[in-house]
Amino acid sequence: MANKSQQQAYQQLAKKHIPKPDYLGNSLRAFLVGGAISALGQGVTNFYLSTGMAESEAGAYTAITMIFLGALLTGLGIYDNLAKIGGAGSALPITGFANTIVSAAMDFKSEGYVLGMAAQMYKIAGPVITYGVTSAILAGLVKWLLWG
Amino acid sequence: MAGKFVGKQTVTFSSTPSVLETFSIVGPMEGRGPWGSEFDTVIDDEKYGEKTWEKAERKLVIEAVSQLLAKSKLQPSDIDFLLAGDLLNQITSANFAAAAFPISFFGLYGACSTIAEAMILAAMLVDGDYGEKVIAAASSHNKSVERQYRFPIELGVQRPPTAQWTVTGCGSILLGRGDKSPKVTFATVGKVVDMGAKDSNDMGSAMAPAAADTLTAHFRDLAKNPSDYDLIITGDLGKVGSSILAELMEQAGFPLAGNHIDCGASIYAEDEDVHAGGSGCAALAVGFGSHFYPKMLRGEVKKVLLAGTGALHSPLSTQQNETIPCICHAVAIEVI
Repeated sequence: MANKSQQQAYQQLAKKHIPKPDYLGNSLRAFLVGGAISALGQGVTNFYLSTGMAESEAGAYTAITMIFLGALLTGLGIYDNLAKIGGAGSALPITGFANTIVSAAMDFKSEGYVLGMAAQMYKIAGPVITYGVTSAILAGLVKWLLWG
Repeated sequence: MAGKFVGKQTVTFSSTPSVLETFSIVGPMEGRGPWGSEFDTVIDDEKYGEKTWEKAERKLVIEAVSQLLAKSKLQPSDIDFLLAGDLLNQITSANFAAAAFPISFFGLYGACSTIAEAMILAAMLVDGDYGEKVIAAASSHNKSVERQYRFPIELGVQRPPTAQWTVTGCGSILLGRGDKSPKVTFATVGKVVDMGAKDSNDMGSAMAPAAADTLTAHFRDLAKNPSDYDLIITGDLGKVGSSILAELMEQAGFPLAGNHIDCGASIYAEDEDVHAGGSGCAALAVGFGSHFYPKMLRGEVKKVLLAGTGALHSPLSTQQNETIPCICHAVAIEVI
């Protein structure tokens, strides 16, 4: 087996052959796709506000609408193609969160509705929920300690 | 060392088994590629009318073996051994497909080197007089592999430029005694090489050192040079791995003489979004079976060295942050 220094020397050699991702282009595309999704979300909020809804209520309805759209586009096989272009721009908005759950649910349906779909649908989203809740508790704790 | 060994890692075959027939079945995307018209069957539905991707892959294997039998006008009872493998856990595609045939079966796992491993063992079985006709087969399915090794299929992920696209297909190859050319002349059995690569989205640079190791051993053992072959055909090093292999072979003193071709890097049309090229057990199996083997039959190519490379990691080993051990098996096939 190759020793550590041989392995390191090889990693150096290999690095020269590995194409660099197009960071600038990727960032620009992520900005455009993420921005478009966010603008759509804003449009939806404005629509709900125009119906006379309170701001907090409109926010909740917007989240529900955007999650529905993300789930629908995932089911139709469109969201992953959008993500190919958008990268983080399509992963970060709430539509991306819907995509992680729906795509996993679709994938694991073949292993049954209980141990497959239901058990595995949070495979990708699980960490987001776990660490989201954990950091919310921590932030709440800090706020309570500092300001009561 | 036994009498059929040449040098340290290479074996020879006194009866030079023949490559009697091949059959390839591939998915729609492979069918759109430059070799599309050469495959025996191109399916237009990736699920192949089945309920799961795994069932679809199994059907590809069953089809590849039964159609190979039909093409060779043989019955399962004419075949002494079936050697097959794939990428799924516990090689279920091969194991379940083998249940469809009353043929003595060896299930193999060499990751994407499986077809080369199967051909070497098949040639040894024939040469050792254990069988007259042996089938070697290897399959992979983009979707079943994607599910097992990476993410859900519809998950929106951006793949890095080094990522490869698993080939959907199955290639089966019939080896046996006979006068028919081309023949299997030498085989170099690879050793596992681990150069510390960890990125499972960059199989090419993980596998290239294994390919260089086996190819160097092959040329040393036989006192040959890359230019002694018309073509050196690797399975799925992809664009990145191929470019690293060229540098490693240069360093080893066996520079590739412009005669290296990688099935993974060649199987897809230029405009497909496959990043560094194709990968998977099927890449070499269908590439050799449908593109290079017919060229040999027509006499356009006389001597080829097939080098199947495999990354021997698992989803679990990747999650545990282990390195990716790799292997490469080489088989020399010549028109005599």
